[in-house]
Amino acid sequence: MSNSYIHAEGLCFSYRDNDGKEEHPALKGVSVDIYEGEYVAVLGHNGSGKSTFAKLLNMILEPTGGTLVVGGMELTGKELTDDELLQLRRNVGMVFQNPDNQLVATIVEEDVAFGPENLGVPQPELRKRVEDAIAAVGMTSYAHHEPHRLSGGQKQRIAIAGIIAMMPKCIIFDESTAMLDPNGRKEVLDTIRLLNRDYGITVINITHYMNEAAEADRIIVMNDGLVLMEGTPDEVFAKREELVAVGLEVPQCAALIHELRRRGVLLEGTGISTPEACVELLQRALKART
Amino acid sequence: MKSVTFGQYYPAESLIHRLDPRTKVLLALFYIVCTFLCKSLVSFAALVASVCVLVLLSRIPMRLILRSLRPILFIIAFTSLINVFMTKGEHLLTPENWAVKIYAEGLWNALFMILRIMVLIVGTGIFLTYTTTPIALTDALEQLLSPLKKIKVPVHDFAMMMTIALRFIPTLTEETEKIMNAQKARGADFTSGSLLARAKALVPILVPLFVSAFNRAFDLASAMECRCYHGGEGRTRLNVLRYRAIDWVMMGAVIALGVTLILLNSCSFGFVLG
Repeated sequence: MSNSYIHAEGLCFSYRDNDGKEEHPALKGVSVDIYEGEYVAVLGHNGSGKSTFAKLLNMILEPTGGTLVVGGMELTGKELTDDELLQLRRNVGMVFQNPDNQLVATIVEEDVAFGPENLGVPQPELRKRVEDAIAAVGMTSYAHHEPHRLSGGQKQRIAIAGIIAMMPKCIIFDESTAMLDPNGRKEVLDTIRLLNRDYGITVINITHYMNEAAEADRIIVMNDGLVLMEGTPDEVFAKREELVAVGLEVPQCAALIHELRRRGVLLEGTGISTPEACVELLQRALKART
Repeated sequence: MKSVTFGQYYPAESLIHRLDPRTKVLLALFYIVCTFLCKSLVSFAALVASVCVLVLLSRIPMRLILRSLRPILFIIAFTSLINVFMTKGEHLLTPENWAVKIYAEGLWNALFMILRIMVLIVGTGIFLTYTTTPIALTDALEQLLSPLKKIKVPVHDFAMMMTIALRFIPTLTEETEKIMNAQKARGADFTSGSLLARAKALVPILVPLFVSAFNRAFDLASAMECRCYHGGEGRTRLNVLRYRAIDWVMMGAVIALGVTLILLNSCSFGFVLG
């Protein structure tokens, strides 16, 4: 975790009205670094600019100000050629919210092949990439199924496989679990963790679920088009008041610790973002009492 | 989940099902030509025999094939009546003084016309709609028509549109049901009233359906861009269609059928078309 993969400085973006006159600023100067191999969660309530930020990273939207460097490629201040755009998008993949709206083909394996087909990957590498990608998300037995017969979580895993098959360095998950049921969400989160740990892919997970954010190495909290705070989950969830002030909550386990401390219970330690860490904290406190 | 079967595809394991879809498109065309080559009773008999062989080879149940003929019964009846009454010939069958004159040639013409239409429908059905999925058909057409790219016909783009349309039919069907239920829950009534009232009741379904379809289209466009889609140029394919021996054999067989039919035309048993 040494090299900065994504470097943004004073990044701005405004949506324009249809007549092009009025501007609605969505990002007002975002400066962050995301490092190679990192698992970052971006938190924020609706309209905080977190999805806009994600769409700038692979130039689905073009920033209106600031600098953005991705994988050593300067993206701002000039017109990108088509080749540069393709290069960027094969390196920075994106998984969207609605699994139905990102699957193109009527057979699972053909959908997974869509990305590498576009890149012109020749046979037999193409076949191998597709099979590996489907195996990586644990869907090998579904390779010849029709996507519309799968569950939401399975569809989303296929969408992820479609991105993996392009062999990206970084994958952005734009609220990819928001439309899934708890089981589907777990499937997708397990897959994300696996990609980050075993494949060394840089992961940016944009979400408004606190429990999901707690799994990340680092959390970036956005509010009103700006970065409000960043830090490890423990550091971020320690600032409960600030989070509540911008319409966010801390995970239930962290809330419990905060509540106990407010009532004067002495709890030593900083691990509050996962239930396991909280249990440890409480056990230690209980032992100290007896 | 609904099972969505478009068209009349009949899933089965048969020789015809296993053929390359491109072969089937070509065979359907050859077969149409064959039906028009027939002129004599003997060659028509051969044609009918060939269609029976195809039915057996394709393992499609007879009732499905008969059902496919139902919608064209009217056309068959109409054209054969016209043939019976309008054809002039030499062998008058009705008494001289009748106003309506029916000639033997008219009856033969009608019979041949009926056979020709029925074989045409059944034959193309066996090669295309019954044994080939729409998606395979799209692939086949894209590849068969790819020479047209040289004269700037956007073959790939049309095939892509077709694929996406097929992909989204089940999704939009599900969505329509959801919207209908939502409107029913709000007291909408789709089943009673005049035709006009019922048509009007569909508006609250169509409007949200269109809005959502457009939203889906925008999402899909972004997702495709993220997956480096930039048209058909420089694209490779995961599943490349390949002609196998059986494809060549079938094409040879149908061409041989055509030649046989032409030869049988000179056989003067029964009636021969002029």
